[in-house]
Amino acid sequence: MSFIVAQAITGLASAASLFLIAVGLSIVFGVTRVVNFAHGSLYMLGAYIAFSLVSVMGDSFLGYLLALLIAAVAVGLIGAVIETALLRRIYKAPELFQLLATFGVVLIVQDLTRSVWGPDDLFAPRMPGLDGAVDILGHAIPSYDLFLIGVSVGVLGGLWLLFQKTRFGVLLRAATEDRQMVAALGIDQRWLFTAAFVLGSALAGLGGALQLPRQAASLSMDLNIIVDAFVVVVVGGMGSIVGAFVAAVLISLLLAFGLVIFPQITLVLIFLVMAVTLVLKPSGLFGKPEFATAEDVRNPDPPLRPSDRLARIGWLGLLGVGLIAPLLFSDFGVVILTEIAILALFAASLHFLIWGGGLITFGHAAYFGLGAYGAGLAVFHLSAGMAPALLLAPLAGALGALVFGWFCVRLTGIYMAMLTLAFAQIAWSAAFQWIDFTGGDNGILGVWPSAWASDPTTFYYLAFVVCAAMIWALRHVMFAPFGYTLRATRDSALRAASIGVDVTRHRWLAFTLAGAAAGVSGGFFAFAKGSVFPEVLFVSTSVDGLVMVLLGGLQSLAGPILGAIVFTEIETELTRLTDLWQLALGVLIVVLVVALPRGLAGLSSLFTRRTLP
Amino acid sequence: MLRMSVRKSIPALLGAVFSVFSLGTAVAQDGPIRIGEINSYTGPLAAFTVPYRNGWELAVEQVNAGGGVLGRPLEVISRDDGGKPADAIKFAEELVRRENVDLLAGTFLSNIGLAVADFANRNKTLFVASEPLSDAIVWSKGNPYTFRLRPSTYMQAAMLAEEAAKLPAKRWATVAPNYEYGQSAVKAFQDVLSGLRPDVEFVEAQWPALFKLDAGATVQALERSKPDAIFNVTFSIDLAKFVREGQLRGLFKDREVASLLTGEPEYLDPLKAEAPEGWIVTGYPWQTIDTPAHDAFRDAYQKRFDDYPRAGSIVGYNTIITIAAMLEKAGSTDTGSMVAAMKDLSLGTPFGDITFRALDHQSTMGAYVGRTAKRDGRGVMVDFRYADGADYLPDDETVKKLRPDG
Repeated sequence: MSFIVAQAITGLASAASLFLIAVGLSIVFGVTRVVNFAHGSLYMLGAYIAFSLVSVMGDSFLGYLLALLIAAVAVGLIGAVIETALLRRIYKAPELFQLLATFGVVLIVQDLTRSVWGPDDLFAPRMPGLDGAVDILGHAIPSYDLFLIGVSVGVLGGLWLLFQKTRFGVLLRAATEDRQMVAALGIDQRWLFTAAFVLGSALAGLGGALQLPRQAASLSMDLNIIVDAFVVVVVGGMGSIVGAFVAAVLISLLLAFGLVIFPQITLVLIFLVMAVTLVLKPSGLFGKPEFATAEDVRNPDPPLRPSDRLARIGWLGLLGVGLIAPLLFSDFGVVILTEIAILALFAASLHFLIWGGGLITFGHAAYFGLGAYGAGLAVFHLSAGMAPALLLAPLAGALGALVFGWFCVRLTGIYMAMLTLAFAQIAWSAAFQWIDFTGGDNGILGVWPSAWASDPTTFYYLAFVVCAAMIWALRHVMFAPFGYTLRATRDSALRAASIGVDVTRHRWLAFTLAGAAAGVSGGFFAFAKGSVFPEVLFVSTSVDGLVMVLLGGLQSLAGPILGAIVFTEIETELTRLTDLWQLALGVLIVVLVVALPRGLAGLSSLFTRRTLP
Repeated sequence: MLRMSVRKSIPALLGAVFSVFSLGTAVAQDGPIRIGEINSYTGPLAAFTVPYRNGWELAVEQVNAGGGVLGRPLEVISRDDGGKPADAIKFAEELVRRENVDLLAGTFLSNIGLAVADFANRNKTLFVASEPLSDAIVWSKGNPYTFRLRPSTYMQAAMLAEEAAKLPAKRWATVAPNYEYGQSAVKAFQDVLSGLRPDVEFVEAQWPALFKLDAGATVQALERSKPDAIFNVTFSIDLAKFVREGQLRGLFKDREVASLLTGEPEYLDPLKAEAPEGWIVTGYPWQTIDTPAHDAFRDAYQKRFDDYPRAGSIVGYNTIITIAAMLEKAGSTDTGSMVAAMKDLSLGTPFGDITFRALDHQSTMGAYVGRTAKRDGRGVMVDFRYADGADYLPDDETVKKLRPDG
């Protein structure tokens, strides 16, 4: 019994940290609808800044406390800079571009933090006055844990007062419910958005700073926390403060007791909670269902036209370049070309979902990775040759998409994106920890092409022909009746349904088709690298795909191909040139998003001046 | 304004796009001997790889100041894999195909080491794996072209198990990150300790997710099993959390702890004044090793970088002097000769003499085993001894069965 109490208190302390991080994210999303990937970076900055302050003034309880608070304020100011300099310029761009921009910020902050504070983990001293433990039913509980629980309850109360009792809070709530109405009533949205972002950032900074007496400030804090924070926000309901609190408590208690009963399952548990919640209650525990306000009916994109002559020449030119390229380039150039062809298919399959179906997914790596693992496991367990393994890849991708998709397509918007992420992370956890079957972290080795295709140029042609054919097939589907219907469900699900279209089934099929295509590219990726590792399933692979699609441009079928070319090139070149390549890539992404919200393919409109945005 | 600047930047972008396709450089027979090196220099691993890079830079400078090898200087062409195996393979391709390196070296993470080893095997290129710990690199996934320098997971766990067997403790609990490294380390420790002490039982196992240790809850779960002693494999940020929570909650009171790698400055120093006392650890007590070879290395390192060496620095340094010794013995940069020269290659290092076993391509480089203590507000190792790697490997018959080539 006493163990249960002690474990519960420990779980609540973890919940306190999770809540502080998640609530800021929730507020920012509720008001601005920006999915802020950089929230974890702000949390990390909070810890680093607090570390520097604590080393100067942390000798007393009050000094230490003041240091933590100043760090939170400082991070709030950094948030103000990010919002005014970057996000404010792109609120009108498609939602996903804001995501891409904040991802650019993640890269920038990561490298800047390393430059300023160095690569070592920074372990601050304990907080004076709260550096001991108190005895509760015979268990020693750190007094700082109790303090942390108190702070989180205090922050919850403070936010509740702010949201219920002040005009500012009323405006924030109003904007969360219906921001067009708020604008129509003459409220200056720009100021409101900045204020919400600063508040969210300061809370992230506070969350990071408060971690300092518990853990070292390190460069892995940003990505380690962001996925968990998303889970909490989604389980609680986007935009709901109480929801974030309840979800944080629920998840932390589950983890605290889960590791006693199933010590191996902790990584999967958190995503299982999210998946189950979203399946049972699609808008989270305390979230309101997303209802179709005027802005949710997207401005329909201009109808897709068959290629005109110029575009056809462009496509043929691209094909021609792809066919003769190996003759012009060195061996390594061919290796890079192969990677580009493979990633172009991955990006095209993602683009098919996002643009064609309006289905936003943060977990497309799942199907790419399942394809790679399908091929890799066939070689590893069944000693299959390259051809049967490559045939298995799209089946694995499609099967995964069929199963996961059944759940995902029932949700919309950000909730769907989060459920796709949950499934991808579950797949990743399984690959990472189920060592007997997948080889775990050490991966599957020896997945090399058969002898006849082992020459890089031969393998390139194989990959190029198959991937180009698949991209063409996806394009063809887009012009088939299925594609037209799919785009109808994207432009207005309600209207499509009312003329008799089975919206869910169309989305499910699109999901499966995209999964199969991603599986093909995953299979080729496995043979190109000779190995399969869990990272192919990780969220970073999904983000890479999104970056490629958005860099290339959402409104053009050539976009994903351009994006894959440019992204692969830039990454390869930058990492060779400088240790600060993440900084350079981040700046490049941010500049591109601000300057070219239609992506690289949008450049063509600069020249032809047909459809300027 | 912005439109303009983007248009201007397009030519630069296109330039970058095409430069990667440029033709490979011609092979120079009289130029430097080119070593392709890959490691995770950015991201969270930089804390480990930067001292390592200093180590190999120092060795390259020393070798070249002495006239190089075979009358040619050494040149290291280094690439950052960012912690991703797929990118490591990409750069291995680049180094071999475009940069025409004579051999590959480096890597820190086990999975990247394994990926590059497999690549080296397929491309018949020599690969000197410096840092990856996984036993698979030389055993279950061993191949003819890959040699590994650093003492493996098994070797270091066996060193600790030997010390653990001397303790009266019978009830052991384990805590390890739930992935290949953690699982292998626990298994090796259990196997060796149970072999030495059949009366020992393992009463609790905690498997936190890597870098996501829920420290308080894990510590309480361990405490609940009331073990006599604890075997710890967590490291880096997980270790810091574990140590602080464990001390606050009294987990380590009157309990022995055996902890893998914790004596390495990379892991011990960030703990500062909270470094645990009395833990049995493997590591690198750079301050107090007192041999002429190590003194020379430490002095040169501190003079060159104005910083003290970490365990990674030794590994980086040894990587290059291994390659230099191998080249002297091989007499050429032909892969066949180099692979032959690596087998049974013996050389002196700051840790003493090491040999690359022909049997499984593992070097006999060892580690220091001792107890942690606090001096001047920071953790150090005391009562340590050098555990020669040769003494902590299974017998030859067992090893042969572990390797695919028998």
